[in-house]
Amino acid sequence: MQIPCPLCGLRDSREFTCKGHAVTLDRPAADAPPEEWHDYIHLRDNPAGPTRELWYHGGGCGAWLIVTRDTATHAVHGATLASEARHAG
Amino acid sequence: MRYSGLQVLAQGLTGNRGWRPAWRDPAPKDEYDIVIIGGGGHGLSTAYYLARDHGLTNIAVLEKGYLGGGSVGRNTTIVRANYFLEGNSQFYSHSLKLWEALEADLNYNVMHSQRGLINLFHSDGQRDAFVRRGNMMINQGDDAILLDREGVRKLLPYLDFEQTRFPIYGGLYHPRGGTARHDAVAWGYARGADRRGVDLIQNCEVTGIDIAGGRVTGVQTTRGAIRAKKVGIVVAGRSSQVAAMAGMRLPIESHVLQAFVTEGLKPVIDHVISYGMGHFYISQSDKGGLVFGGDLDFYASYAARGNLPMVEHVAEAGMTLMPMIGKARTLRSWGGIMDMSPDGSPIIDRTHIEGLYLNCGWCYGGFKAVPGSGNCFAHLMATDRHHPAAERYRLDRFATGYGLMDEEGTGSQHNLH
Amino acid sequence: MRVEGRGLIDRNTPVKFQFDGRQVTGYAGDTVASALLAKGVKLMGRSFKYHRPRGVMTAGSEEPNALMEIGTGDAAIPNTRATVQEIFDGLVAQSQNHIGPLDRDLMAINDLLWPFLGAGFYYKTFMWPRAFWEKLYEPVIRRAAGLGRMTRAASPERHEKAFAFCDVLVIGGGPAGMMAALTAAKGGADVILAEESAHLGGRLLSDSQQIDGIDASFWITDMRKALAATGRVRVMTRTTVTGAYDGGSYGALERVARHLPSMPDLPPECFWRIRAKQAILAAGAHERHIAFPMNDRPGIMLAGAVRSYLNRYGVAAGRNVTVFATNDDAHRTALELQSAGVKVAAVIDSRVDAQAQGDYRLIAGAQVIGTKGRHGLREIAYRRGSRTDTLITDCLAVSGGWNPAVHLTCHLGARPLWDAERQMFLPRPDAVPGMTAAGACNGAMSTDACLREGLAAAKVALKALGLATPRGLKPPMADDRAGACETLWHVPGKGRAWLDFANDVTTKDVAQSAQEGFRSVEHMKRYTTQGMAPDQGKSSNIAALAYLADTTGRGIAETGTTTYRPPFSPVSLGAMGAFAQGHGFAPERHMTSHAALTARGVPMIEAGLWYRPSYVPIPGETTWREACDREVGMVRNAVGVVEVSTLGKIDIQGPDAGAFLDFVYTNTFSTLPVGRVRYGLMLREDGHVMDDGTTARLGEHHYVMTTTTAAAGQVMAHLELVAQGLRPDFDVRLISVTEAWAQFSVAGPLARDLINTVLDQPIDDAGFPFMACGTVKVQGVPGRLFRISFSGEQAYEIAVPARFGAALYRDLVARAETMGGGAYGMEALNVLRIEKGFITHAEIHGRTTAYDIGMGRMLSPKKDFIGKAAAQRPGLIDPGRERLVGLQPVAAAGVLSAGARLFSAGDPQTRVHDQGYVTSVGYSPSLGHMIGLGFLRHGPERIGQKVVMVDHLRGLRVPVKVVDPVFFDPEGGRARG
Repeated sequence: MQIPCPLCGLRDSREFTCKGHAVTLDRPAADAPPEEWHDYIHLRDNPAGPTRELWYHGGGCGAWLIVTRDTATHAVHGATLASEARHAG
Repeated sequence: MRYSGLQVLAQGLTGNRGWRPAWRDPAPKDEYDIVIIGGGGHGLSTAYYLARDHGLTNIAVLEKGYLGGGSVGRNTTIVRANYFLEGNSQFYSHSLKLWEALEADLNYNVMHSQRGLINLFHSDGQRDAFVRRGNMMINQGDDAILLDREGVRKLLPYLDFEQTRFPIYGGLYHPRGGTARHDAVAWGYARGADRRGVDLIQNCEVTGIDIAGGRVTGVQTTRGAIRAKKVGIVVAGRSSQVAAMAGMRLPIESHVLQAFVTEGLKPVIDHVISYGMGHFYISQSDKGGLVFGGDLDFYASYAARGNLPMVEHVAEAGMTLMPMIGKARTLRSWGGIMDMSPDGSPIIDRTHIEGLYLNCGWCYGGFKAVPGSGNCFAHLMATDRHHPAAERYRLDRFATGYGLMDEEGTGSQHNLH
Repeated sequence: MRVEGRGLIDRNTPVKFQFDGRQVTGYAGDTVASALLAKGVKLMGRSFKYHRPRGVMTAGSEEPNALMEIGTGDAAIPNTRATVQEIFDGLVAQSQNHIGPLDRDLMAINDLLWPFLGAGFYYKTFMWPRAFWEKLYEPVIRRAAGLGRMTRAASPERHEKAFAFCDVLVIGGGPAGMMAALTAAKGGADVILAEESAHLGGRLLSDSQQIDGIDASFWITDMRKALAATGRVRVMTRTTVTGAYDGGSYGALERVARHLPSMPDLPPECFWRIRAKQAILAAGAHERHIAFPMNDRPGIMLAGAVRSYLNRYGVAAGRNVTVFATNDDAHRTALELQSAGVKVAAVIDSRVDAQAQGDYRLIAGAQVIGTKGRHGLREIAYRRGSRTDTLITDCLAVSGGWNPAVHLTCHLGARPLWDAERQMFLPRPDAVPGMTAAGACNGAMSTDACLREGLAAAKVALKALGLATPRGLKPPMADDRAGACETLWHVPGKGRAWLDFANDVTTKDVAQSAQEGFRSVEHMKRYTTQGMAPDQGKSSNIAALAYLADTTGRGIAETGTTTYRPPFSPVSLGAMGAFAQGHGFAPERHMTSHAALTARGVPMIEAGLWYRPSYVPIPGETTWREACDREVGMVRNAVGVVEVSTLGKIDIQGPDAGAFLDFVYTNTFSTLPVGRVRYGLMLREDGHVMDDGTTARLGEHHYVMTTTTAAAGQVMAHLELVAQGLRPDFDVRLISVTEAWAQFSVAGPLARDLINTVLDQPIDDAGFPFMACGTVKVQGVPGRLFRISFSGEQAYEIAVPARFGAALYRDLVARAETMGGGAYGMEALNVLRIEKGFITHAEIHGRTTAYDIGMGRMLSPKKDFIGKAAAQRPGLIDPGRERLVGLQPVAAAGVLSAGARLFSAGDPQTRVHDQGYVTSVGYSPSLGHMIGLGFLRHGPERIGQKVVMVDHLRGLRVPVKVVDPVFFDPEGGRARG
């Protein structure tokens, strides 16, 4: 598998670690009710198909990426910087 | 038809023409008392124990492909009861006891081989953790023996004790641990359930779960609608998709775990060996292939296959631990879809929908759990009470924080196990 | 039997090797199989289950029968295909899987018992009595099963691994592959052309053909030159592409020196990781056998293989050969043999309308129905209409047509498509992104079609690469006859008809499997073991599923195939795991003091990837305890020095650095004054403790964080995620400086005195109090000083740029030794911290909460932080949780043991009564007895109570007292002194 790091270009997946679905970025407010926190930490759509994941380029530039990838085919469709996720909405 | 050496002899003398089907191939009825979604190891054993222990036989097991086609047919066949957290400890102990009586119970040789399992440790800290594990195993009534380096050398003289990167300090020996012939377990339960009247329906994919007034009423399938009073979801690998049919989101992520087998060799490895520093475990099948595996690829996947980085890592672990393995050739590699729960432990529970039950989240521990899981799930579905051995496998533990079972200590959140 | 004038062997170079102890002479270029066949050796192995005598069946890696042990002693490699292994002087080959000599295998008794050893017999017996499985049945089965032998020692061989990159990977060097490679290279692509055998050419090497009016062998030579002339093609012979993976990644095994006597400069094998933008699969096809009765005798071979032996190796597989075929293609075998002067007894063609293509006896509309000859074929019986007859023959060349080698197109999960017209499975288009199939593997069965498809596939690849197709490149003129073929999977009759030769699966087994309800192709495979042998059913799976389809009344398309999985042909673990043997498995990280410590003979222990000193013995000390006790005393009474560079160090800078730390730690750091250090606790979002450590504020916008050794990488990734993903609003930057600084702990009542001897500006307690930090000059070198203590003593950590670490360590230790102190190691460090009740990952093992370790109050109520919400779940703050306590034996001489369980006195010592466990223990020389830390239900509420410590494994039952975890200097005065 190759991950298109926006900073480094197309790189081998060996340079990265995956941390699961990108919902991790949608952290609830500190005073959100427990159910919302439970949902955030534990529950997942877990799609068999396209998904958005967090990948860390630890063996490269150190950037956290949001990678669009298909869990059924492993096709990688693109990657953006997690740091720019908020700006992208 | 009862299986025995005599039967094999008699059939052999008459041209093997008398063997009868191991199970029927019935068409689905319109209605059952209980529908089990999923004809894998856990689904089949659930049906078997519903029939054997609870006298319920108006049951259908619905399988979208062929019986035993999921993880029960795609694993490294290890059977053990060496867990150390409350919850897992009693469950796997219960499961191992069922294993030990399985052949006689099913009249099917699943080749359960209690050849002994050794977990190696490589530092004082790891030794302390394994001592803690071993003591819990004995607390639970299971067996564990602490081996020092020389003790390991006696059992496994072919490990590299001199040059390996992480020296072997010793091992925790679990003599009752071992392996079984994975497919045979599914077939044995299938045959046993069928003989007790359960309908095993293959090539029947569930496409919807019917719910009315907060109560399950049946399922929609590719072979028509089936009404049911109770429905059990036992579809590890596809749990999220099937639960979504009932409007549920689960604490599950699907991951790929790869495993490997070599060409056949005369006996060289007599035990099951687990090498934590390399996430590597190995045994030799009765056919002669070395069966081994590693860690997750660590990305969500439904593809039932993995990639080279983990393939190589596994080979490297084998090379540093037992360099003889360099002469063996990998014949086949495959990937299984793991239902990964946040704390790495399973779920056997009711749902918020009356009559709908859930069995999932087996992570990479599902094979050895087949008897226990079916036994406890059957108990829950039949009596609406948790079996004492599985009462900790609750769905709400993540919300409450009570009874989390994070054996690896990596955290009870996703992508850490 | 050798045939003059044929083959690619070098008849001027005889090569001597051994087979089963006998000396055999072949020629350079021979495989073990061809050299043995040349000598008339037909019996080369024994089958897996029935131990049937077996000879070579194929001429390639798909060989099911002729598997051998190659080499001697610990270097011997089992299960090696004699059809692939090239010979060299001194090679030693041994047949395998027999007891006694190959021709008098005692295990052949199984063949007489075959009626009782059919599909799945073992599931139905060996169940009684229960205990006999492990004691009797299984050992006997295991010894009978297996194939080759492997010694339990390491091989002296060392393989390699490498990466390669290309625009186009062409898999297979036959006509399609060569044409594709040349076209792609001429179009400007960088090409790797991988060919499994020793030579380019594919079937052209096995069949006499003309291309562009010249003999194919000359055309191959021209192509080789043309490929070289492009300067863009890397031809890799003896290289099998073994697997297709994601993103254009391929695995390949090169047999670099497997064909040579031991060469110190060359690895025997190299495993390649190839990254290709495009791939062209030109892997050819595997010939089909036919399941006729007793079709497994030595001398019964595939027809294409007979031609390969003739034309590649100059070997006639028999003196009097019969062909049994369903297709025109196989008639070439008869023609080629005749032209080489080999007698052809007959061609038996199953097709009624078959036409002879030359002057040989054709028996059309007939089928072979029986064979004779125990160790080599002597006679066959055939049936034509209602008549049966026999033929004397010593070699039967069989062809049931061809199966395209679609394997690699299926490695990403695609299933091949059944082409009912051509009666073959073909690759699913786009089965592997970027891969195009061409030639026989794509169903093109004439040379002309192969060349055209090769060229077309290269065009597809070039287009995808954005390169133009080279002009004027046309496929050469070649034979365009694909030849007619009828389908014949099975010939009914008396006797067993083998499908899977390697695993001894016959049509009876498949039929029985279906009869018993194992009707899915996967059930049939698993029940009969069809296709699970070393050849993975390359020449038998399709026939078996076709037979199953017949038996169950379904079509082949509906029946489907089993799953094709990598590797295409088996790959040694030695190659795939190259470099990992011994210490190569993981990198080694050395501290700056490593050389000084090892020079002293200090035992170094692994700490993750690092090595740290276990203890630092002085002359006269014979046990670790002696050294450890002395080192603890040294720190408590004088001064000790230990390197702590393994701890993670993260530099954190920016206007929001304080706010950032407040978010990742449970406690507050934004209020920490410049020049001060604070202990911090870090949770995962699941509310459990992830790590702890100290963080120093060096400037208004500058902090440096310390992590534990074990969690350094994890914490760094976590902080980056927070900074980049969760709180991009923070203006903060991080970098790991773990390896930039060498850091030493100097601890003990004389610590300050020692530190002052190396500082340019001495410090005092008032100017540099407990938990102070600042920059210093260490003998002219800019450094950092932190007054923190993991021992409870007056202690400093002094850091200098890593390149000065080794010098500073030697200097500090030498100075300490003059003060009655010296170096200490991990054992002493551990005792010192237990005495103070300080935790490590033995306690924060991933399942503990801040509440469990008595740090609940460090969870600041005033701010949000990672893990805050989850840490408030009721289950994580329940008083009944196992919580941290100190433990000491009631009797002074009592022994504590880490990993032991805790029980209330009088309770049965079983799981349901379990109260907790011991995490860390040590002998405290300061207190004169053992001490320990552990977790106990309701722990802090039970201080003062007695409980029982039970270590079942070590046979210990020890009454212990629950105490406060801080054993030594609870007021903490010594650290502040």
